[in-house]
Amino acid sequence: MELNSRIPDGPIDKKWEKHKFDLKLVNPANKRKYKVLVVGSGLAGGAAAASLAELGYEVECFCYQDSPRRAHSIAAQGGINAAKNYQNDGDSVYRLFYDTVKGGDFRAREANVHRLAEVSNNIIDQCVAQGVPFAREYGGLLDNRSFGGAQVSRTFYARGQTGQQLLIGAYQALERQIGLGKVKMFSRHEMLEVIVVDGVAKGIVVRDMVTGEVTSHVADAVCLATGGYGNVFYLSTNAKGCNGTAVWRAYKKGAAFANPCFTQIHPTCIPVTGDHQSKLTLMSESLRNDGRIWVPKRKEDCGKPASQIPEEDRDYYLERKYPSFGNLAPRDVSSRAAKQVCDEGRGVGPTRLGVYLDFSDAIKRLGAAKIEEKYGNLFEMYERITDENPYQTPMRIFPASHYTMGGLWVDYNLMSTIPGLFVLGEANFSDHGANRLGASALMQGLADGYFVIPYTIGGYLAGIKPGTRIKADDPAVKAAEQAVTDRTDKLMSIGGKETPTHFHRELGKVMWEMCGMGRNEAGLKKALELIPQIREEFWKNLRIPGTGNDVNQSLEAAGRVADFLEIGELMCLDALERRESCGGHFREEWQTEEGEALRDDENFAHVAAWEYKGEGQAPVRHTEQLSFENVHLATRSYK
Amino acid sequence: MTKNLNLTLHVWRQKNAKCDGKFVEYPAADISPDMSFLEMLDVVNEGLIRKGEEPITFDHDCREGICGTCSMVINGRPHGPRERTTTCQLHMRSFKDGDSITLEPWRAEAFPVIKDLMVDRGAFDRIIAAGGFISVPTGSPQDANALPIPKQSADLSMDAAACIGCGACVAACPNASAMLFVSAKISHLGHLPQGQPERHLRVRDMIAQMDAEEFGTCTNHGECEAACPKGIKMENIARMNRDFIKASLTYRPATSGGGVG
Repeated sequence: MELNSRIPDGPIDKKWEKHKFDLKLVNPANKRKYKVLVVGSGLAGGAAAASLAELGYEVECFCYQDSPRRAHSIAAQGGINAAKNYQNDGDSVYRLFYDTVKGGDFRAREANVHRLAEVSNNIIDQCVAQGVPFAREYGGLLDNRSFGGAQVSRTFYARGQTGQQLLIGAYQALERQIGLGKVKMFSRHEMLEVIVVDGVAKGIVVRDMVTGEVTSHVADAVCLATGGYGNVFYLSTNAKGCNGTAVWRAYKKGAAFANPCFTQIHPTCIPVTGDHQSKLTLMSESLRNDGRIWVPKRKEDCGKPASQIPEEDRDYYLERKYPSFGNLAPRDVSSRAAKQVCDEGRGVGPTRLGVYLDFSDAIKRLGAAKIEEKYGNLFEMYERITDENPYQTPMRIFPASHYTMGGLWVDYNLMSTIPGLFVLGEANFSDHGANRLGASALMQGLADGYFVIPYTIGGYLAGIKPGTRIKADDPAVKAAEQAVTDRTDKLMSIGGKETPTHFHRELGKVMWEMCGMGRNEAGLKKALELIPQIREEFWKNLRIPGTGNDVNQSLEAAGRVADFLEIGELMCLDALERRESCGGHFREEWQTEEGEALRDDENFAHVAAWEYKGEGQAPVRHTEQLSFENVHLATRSYK
Repeated sequence: MTKNLNLTLHVWRQKNAKCDGKFVEYPAADISPDMSFLEMLDVVNEGLIRKGEEPITFDHDCREGICGTCSMVINGRPHGPRERTTTCQLHMRSFKDGDSITLEPWRAEAFPVIKDLMVDRGAFDRIIAAGGFISVPTGSPQDANALPIPKQSADLSMDAAACIGCGACVAACPNASAMLFVSAKISHLGHLPQGQPERHLRVRDMIAQMDAEEFGTCTNHGECEAACPKGIKMENIARMNRDFIKASLTYRPATSGGGVG
């Protein structure tokens, strides 16, 4: 397998400009002769489907939700970064680029990150023009806030619902194209196979989740924008339906999977209350602008109400350990620090797996009204879930799985190792290295969808003769459909005793314990023994009532869990092989005396891309060397 | 620790749009008050699956009150008893031990039942496709700060844009009217200067589609506002009606003379 990143020549700030000019164009009259499939309708998929249709391509878009407006991008709360420098505080494209490479702990591709920073400003312009109601100052200009890992205010926001508003912007653009007949939308459809002919992506197979019907769609190119695989942990901030099936199907058809072990554990989520827990709710990172994180200095105080612990007995551990970034230390660093204090027995709440996020100082300084204006809906959400009033008692928070930096390997054009298969947004691996900074996921999703793929896909399609796509009755199409039907039949016929959720929970426990915030060789090896056992039990003892010919949510869940049971194994394998600590990947064997991550740039300044070799065969680890010509490799310090 | 609850559920079961449905009784035993309503249903469903019975089908996804997927009428109220709360954010501490809970799908002609508590809300998407947007192709805009927007306008726009498209307003309305949903979009875009060029066209096209989908009309009951989990206000409907009247009076068919040369 060849990993050619196709990074253009030239200085970093000229690469994208030059590449856009070098890419071949498709003649406007020819565009309608090409069909592109977009799987997923979140920020990346929705933006791509709308933008490609505007250009004139024939587009079909698929989502598992009942409407494209419900993709999980909608749940992003805090904001979106852009290098506008409207605050005159020293921001620039270069600084956003620099912060993102550093924040990713030097495991992202410089050229991709620079492009992301360049187009960040176009995104804000585009969204404002679409009618996204970003927060504004009284003078009518856009407001900004700060996010972790940055010392400038570059985050644009719409109350605590930025993801929702950006998605509605993309959704409206998409619906406009649907109304014009340029995009054909398939809601409640799940992609279950990629059709590959002679090594080239030619279409997909989907299951209609209402009728159970399995159908094929052939095209000239396929874009996967299907999000991350964070639900491998069972409990995560992802929506219940988020899954890794599309990327996993692509992996098994020849798309390399890059850095699967790079997962983000978000520091501020509402803690688990019991075994019934089905998901975890994030409390936006923006809260760390005004909230102070602390635990009691002494274990003995942990059972007392927060109000009875005097100031001098509190340990504001982020402010103590990282004085220059304080409560806005990046996510990986903050999550690990929370784990450390809980491991020391200083956690709070009934399970002792929690730390305080306290707004009392901010309320004193700014008044409750100002805090309500900034974070009202988040406070309300917290109160609804926990029955505690955060204006009066500090919030309790704990880290949870939130985002996956790993994903399908793509080149500079966002094309995977299968020609014709492009991967956008969280589903690819490209921009965040080993740790993503807050407010950068929305930026990347929209950058890929609005401003990257419309150019790069043209470069690919220009090399294909119009009208040469395969026919619907091609043997490869029939074979792919058959594979999907067989798999469904196999799942339905197990006839065991346990529910899909049972196995998902079992897998989640193993992943969280052994491949979560802290990883070590013994634990990962143990996980690599346990996961195949759970998988074996799954295929022997699963029970799915009903049939495959109508709505069957157990069948949908089972198919996703079956794939998670394989993804989890690859994550552990990748984590085991990456013998260093970087970003969200913390190998306990590699840490400094103060417990900070210890990178090994000599041996691991590369992307690990895994190639599938067949059932029962060990996957092969390939590497793409990363070179840092602009941001020099240095130990990340937020002290 | 509060005591766990034992409840009786009366759940609407319906195989598909063509079949008749009926209420079926299920016990929900040993339910923690800290569970969300959907987690309670998960527990009931796990039990049904283990017994080999078909679990209750219901729509859900983000489980944090923002995606708008969850949709059920709980004891006669869309999203249940708590104000401004979606079903997924409703917690079992809102119920008492021994309670009977009735669960039904959204009931409206325009939202046909797919299965059990799951309905088809595609009509909402078609209304947006008819005009709920600003026509701005990717790549064409000016700088975001080139056009200042008064904070109040942006705030009012955001208030309306908070709509999650769940359809509770339709389910609550005795006429199954979608006017709260449609008017929220009209206000979201109508409060902004970017939304002005298409303002009249938008309201005409969206209302035409709303009528084509056979939603009822508003007769000022106010049930929609009471049921809305995001606090969308009825004043939006008044605003939409004003826009619609203005648009109807000033409507001129498009001319086709331009562009020669």
